Amino acid sequence: MADALLKVEDLRKSFGGVLATDNLSLSVETGKIHAVIGPNGAGKTTLIAQLAGALDSDSGRIVFDNEDISKLAPPARSRRGIARTFQITSIFHVFTALENVALAVQAHDGHSFRFWRAARDEARLNEPAQAALETVGLADRANITVRNLSHGEHRQLEIAMALATKPKLLLLDEPMAGMGAEESQKMVSILNRLKGDHTVLLIEHDMDAVFALADQITVLVYGKSIVSGTPDAIRANEEVRTAYLGEEGAAN
Amino acid sequence: MLPSRETIVVIITFALLAIVPFIASITEVPFYLDLGRRMMILAIGALSLNLIMGYGGMISFGHAVFVGIGAYVIGICTEHELVNGFIQWPLALLACAVFAFIFGAISLRTRGVYFIMITLALAQMMYFLGVSLDRYGGDDGLPLAETSDFSGLIDLSEKSSLYYLIFVLLLLCLWICKRLINSRFGMVIQGARSNEARMQAIGFPTYRYQLTAFVIAGVMAGLAGILLANHTEFVNPDMMHWTRSGDLIIMVLLGGMGSLAGPIVGALVFILLEEALSGITEYWQLIFGPFLILVVLFARGGLLGFLEKRQSSEDDDG
Repeated sequence: MADALLKVEDLRKSFGGVLATDNLSLSVETGKIHAVIGPNGAGKTTLIAQLAGALDSDSGRIVFDNEDISKLAPPARSRRGIARTFQITSIFHVFTALENVALAVQAHDGHSFRFWRAARDEARLNEPAQAALETVGLADRANITVRNLSHGEHRQLEIAMALATKPKLLLLDEPMAGMGAEESQKMVSILNRLKGDHTVLLIEHDMDAVFALADQITVLVYGKSIVSGTPDAIRANEEVRTAYLGEEGAAN
Repeated sequence: MLPSRETIVVIITFALLAIVPFIASITEVPFYLDLGRRMMILAIGALSLNLIMGYGGMISFGHAVFVGIGAYVIGICTEHELVNGFIQWPLALLACAVFAFIFGAISLRTRGVYFIMITLALAQMMYFLGVSLDRYGGDDGLPLAETSDFSGLIDLSEKSSLYYLIFVLLLLCLWICKRLINSRFGMVIQGARSNEARMQAIGFPTYRYQLTAFVIAGVMAGLAGILLANHTEFVNPDMMHWTRSGDLIIMVLLGGMGSLAGPIVGALVFILLEEALSGITEYWQLIFGPFLILVVLFARGGLLGFLEKRQSSEDDDG
């Protein structure tokens, strides 16, 4: 497809004898939210780590913005416009919310071999950081040390930090993980606001959220893509119903 | 806003250090001057270690090696009758930068326990190199024929001049650390300490920043070494021994890791206790050890951290 921002071709990753990613191919179109769903252990987080560069792939190609980025380290991929969030909240506990996001802004504002001026006073960092906090609804929590924020707020902060790097592609690893119904609802509306302006690869267990947000869904089982299509197509797919959605329904 | 307790502690500490020469001359106990110089030199060393250990999370168990390298360059220069401080000192600092770059480049490939072990191993290597340098005194060390010569600008053999020079340099180092920590660079090394994976994910190539911090800390420790050589007019391999690195770690922990002035307080308390306790018993570590354990257990964040915590809990109440 011509306007695919991200193309994954025959990606593989094994841990010992376990194939976590099994000849996976998928493409994410510009401006769309592409959800990847699948049961636990399907290799979803492994896929995110491979895309972000935190894990090396055994074989296959990752093409981003018409460039092969398969061999690039995480910072280099970040500079090209890939931002990820973490399933297990990964933030700087010693800093305030604003400082967390300002650091993400700083990462994309030239080199940081600047030894003298107080970074916390720089409007150039703080203003975009504050804007990102506003986008996720944390504006009034900016000056609180993040260890004192709630779990839901941590998840919002994750998104703000990713947004602050001005990414072309957002890799969201279970943004609703561990959230209550009300917090999830809030997160869905935050993500909904990003729709159109941002290209998103979304991993999520919350099926209501996935079907509310996604333009395209890929179902992953044991590292393999068993089907990919629009939400309606996925909902109607017999294989998916038995392999995954049915199971979920039965479990509930 | 009231000044923080840390600021108050810093002011009191430097005020006390400033009057030591007067006390020494009034009481006619020149030893106080000697003690004060040693304290401040080690405070510079501890300050530099805190940059990488407290703020950067890089626990170097070989930091004294840079003190030793700085001192040895002065010693070796003097041995070859190169006594001009304007040449000696930059040479010593440059040597420390080069060694810190090499050692840092190697050890920063690892993390955690491996980092500790590699820094320890590299430092011990230099210690044994010092022992084997027969030309420069080997195990016995090398006495300096004279102190660094600054062509009449300042006479370091005059003991209170040296005292005030060290005093000013300590203040300067503290100021540099303060600026560094709060700069963009400082935010990067603190972020990498807090969560390195996230730093890389948001786009920071952390290695080069950590290596730079390691070199800065090495150079600052080298300055302590230069001063130590001029203070004792003697250098020996023992300056680089791993127990000296351990002393620096203890000073940082004692005063408060990751607080700006903590290492200064730590170094002062360490030397004072060492003096006081070794007057009571030869086995002064028997008393010092349990004291250190108590500080680590009950005043996490060290002596200064203890003060700050009490202050912030009072602020929360108010």
